[in-house]
Amino acid sequence: MTIMGIKVTFWRILFVAIMIVGIYSTFVRYFQGLGAVSNMTDQFPWGLWIGFDCLCGIMLAAGGFCITGAVYIFHVERLHCIVRPTILTAFLGYCLFIVGLLFDLGRPWYIWHQLIYMNPHSVMFEVGMCVMTYTTVLFFEFLPNVLERFGLQAPIRWVKKIYPVLVILGILLSTLHQSSLGSLFLIFPEKMHPFWYTPAQPFFFFLSAIACGLAMTIFESTLSARAFGRGLERSVITELAGALYVVLWVIALLRVQDYVHRRVNIFAPSYEAYFLWAELAMAFVIPLFMLSFKKVRTNPQLMYIAALSTILGFVTNRLNVAMTSMETWVGHHYLPKWTEVSITLMICAMGFFLFSLAVNYLPIFEDEHHEEHHSEAAPELSEVRQPTLVH
Amino acid sequence: MSKAILYDATQCIGCKQCEGACAEQNKLPYNDTVAAESIQSDHKYTVVLTKDDKFMRRLCQHCDHPACASVCPVGALHKTADGPVVYDVWKCIGCRYCMMACAFSVPKYEWGSLNPRVTKCIMCPDRVEKGLATACATACPTGATKFGDHDALIEEAKDRLKKNPDNYVNHIYGLQEVGGTSVLMLSAVPFEDFGLPKINRLGDVPLPEYTGRVMELMPDFIPLWGLVLGGVYWVTNRRKEVEEVEAEERAMRGGK
Repeated sequence: MTIMGIKVTFWRILFVAIMIVGIYSTFVRYFQGLGAVSNMTDQFPWGLWIGFDCLCGIMLAAGGFCITGAVYIFHVERLHCIVRPTILTAFLGYCLFIVGLLFDLGRPWYIWHQLIYMNPHSVMFEVGMCVMTYTTVLFFEFLPNVLERFGLQAPIRWVKKIYPVLVILGILLSTLHQSSLGSLFLIFPEKMHPFWYTPAQPFFFFLSAIACGLAMTIFESTLSARAFGRGLERSVITELAGALYVVLWVIALLRVQDYVHRRVNIFAPSYEAYFLWAELAMAFVIPLFMLSFKKVRTNPQLMYIAALSTILGFVTNRLNVAMTSMETWVGHHYLPKWTEVSITLMICAMGFFLFSLAVNYLPIFEDEHHEEHHSEAAPELSEVRQPTLVH
Repeated sequence: MSKAILYDATQCIGCKQCEGACAEQNKLPYNDTVAAESIQSDHKYTVVLTKDDKFMRRLCQHCDHPACASVCPVGALHKTADGPVVYDVWKCIGCRYCMMACAFSVPKYEWGSLNPRVTKCIMCPDRVEKGLATACATACPTGATKFGDHDALIEEAKDRLKKNPDNYVNHIYGLQEVGGTSVLMLSAVPFEDFGLPKINRLGDVPLPEYTGRVMELMPDFIPLWGLVLGGVYWVTNRRKEVEEVEAEERAMRGGK
């Protein structure tokens, strides 16, 4: 079916629906305040937006520094073909994180105060500065796509020259803020459930960002291969799967060590334990079991499931850290209001939309064609695929 | 000289005059409905709680090492030399990390406002600066809330415990909690009965130390990690260059 020359599909209808509801909630947010739009209270000042949009958003965008690091610092050349889509994901992820922040902050119009009233003791200050700088770095890492699209060769050469510096800066900043997101929670030792209060939280946040960065890259490569009907780099998926397998084992063993060291019994059933078990099952048990088979690591469909499970597991982990772990202290439960959820959904939908837009208009996957087929000619403007949104 | 408040629950009669005085000082509405509310909120910075025939006042503890001030990314909260932990609304960006960080859950938020502020007892800094007692202490008819020099009040609290050990739980709440606070409290019944955090759960380590331990590593970590990454890049890049040159040489030798 087509309306006014635009093909109507299920995904497009869903997208429009999510946007309409989201825009309504945005009005509620800015015209009636945080109290009207969310279920956040004095007892639960941080809700879904911090738990998911911020903590998980940053974690899911971690692929950018993992893959650029592997390719440009460790010279794992086989992964070169996925650098561009991962940088795109990371750049979009960070931009959307900032959008999310504009919803969550009570006085977002003063966000620039961060730059002039600095408090170096604050973890949040460090996260803010790192995110700001890293988004700029990602912008420059992403810039060649746009420059190439318009055939501007000279500036591409400049960016290429500083690329290693950008990548090193990107890893440095990512290490700092990915771990610092975990440090945010170090200051509430009395409030958090012992399952999730650990002095090692910064390490776990950093490591889970790497795991999720890899899982997200697998997930997104598989998904975009299906959506944009392009060939999938099986060897790349297998490579990433191997790395994910190792990283997951490292985290799993460190988690066990952490619980043993702090003498926390995770087997006694309780409200928190159910959430912990769900998290551990999705983040470790399922993917580690699947990844131990070579058949899985070489099969994109099965890898898609393993990656998805990893992502869901670590998302649950961060939501547990941010919300579940406080519930006993606070004495009641927090469930996001539907308007809160609708804004989160809108931000996610914007991510998918912008990703497909970028893929259609920019040479995101062009680079890989050079690598794979060694075609000599640089793509002419006319060769860039005609803009078609996700089918 | 740092100032403090000593609240002795055994002398409190639950008249709520402190609540009214606080509301007046901070230009907040106060009437029977507000008086009946038994929870600190954006329009009630202090509250007198009642349980059976016992009372307990809740207000900002004004920690010696305030977690709220340490976590604020823009430094909107800080502890003055006099003792009060004060708030600068202009700097605040509304991240609400202070509310999360406070062990006593004191900071509240204007959830209904379009330009919301964090609200809490700020220990009447204007009055304290002029050498006056806080509004609540001035209003208190029984002396249950007493304002004075921090050290002198600690001595007095110890004295009261020593003289009438049977009247009190043997603990000065705020003497050591989270590294000490400028509000000291004495009570005949356990403090947790009124929703204050359990003594053994809080500990006497100033909360900012928990994040400080990590933050102080940063100045060393940044150059070190940068150097390692740069080094790895140099090595792998060099290896690649050498490989290329060697391949070229091999090709040339092969060509000969």
